[in-house]
Amino acid sequence: MVTAAFYLAAVVGLASAVVAVSHRNPVINVLSLVVTLFCVAVNYALLGAEFLAAAQILVYAGAILVLFLFVVMLLNAPEEQPAAEPRPFQRAAGLALVTVAALGGIVLITGLRGSLPAEGPQGTAQAIGRLLAGPYLFAFEFISLLLLTAMVGALMLVKRKH
Amino acid sequence: MTVPTGHFVILAALLFAVGAAGVLLRRSGISILLGIELMLNAANLALVAFGRQHGQLDAQVFVFFVMAVAASEVAVGLALLVAIFRKNQSIDVDRLNVLRW
Repeated sequence: MVTAAFYLAAVVGLASAVVAVSHRNPVINVLSLVVTLFCVAVNYALLGAEFLAAAQILVYAGAILVLFLFVVMLLNAPEEQPAAEPRPFQRAAGLALVTVAALGGIVLITGLRGSLPAEGPQGTAQAIGRLLAGPYLFAFEFISLLLLTAMVGALMLVKRKH
Repeated sequence: MTVPTGHFVILAALLFAVGAAGVLLRRSGISILLGIELMLNAANLALVAFGRQHGQLDAQVFVFFVMAVAASEVAVGLALLVAIFRKNQSIDVDRLNVLRW
């Protein structure tokens, strides 16, 4: 059951990731990335990270991708045109990346095949909250400062100059 | 019946490769940001998988921080795109060939 859920989420997530980076229509790109991020959330749940699965859906599907859609609709940019000249460098780089990923996959299959996880604590909101309010308190507070800075920076960037 | 850690890591590697290929091959600024999001998610997935492998919760706290950084990165990146679009009437990164406006 768990295995079936993992493979379903993996196949759907990979397929929609390919659509997300290859389709020419930006709205379709954003919407298929939503599907991929939901599949990643399913994977988090399978890994026992319940809090992260919820946060993934809230933060990514709820906030970031709505922001993306908003900007896509706001800019109303034309669809990307085919490149004027062929781009051998990028193609070679893409092929090299795929090869590296495949090699890594082979190494991992041979190396980590039978290794099953240690019995650890579940990533419930309570457990994560204890860590956030304990050893990681400074980083947690600093993240709020970062978000505030990003918000002010974004406002400054889009402000119309008079 | 649990899924081995290696399978999650392979999925993360494939997602990362797809995202990196998107960043390298696309020219629309929005698609490049989407590729970056995909790569960040792949890294997060690998972190959670390795964290479970070692029975540690710290990895999930790091993923939480990465999510917050990704959110601020997207906000600033999209604001930059809006500013570029106002100036250029285009978000094609091939047409960004000036250093000052």
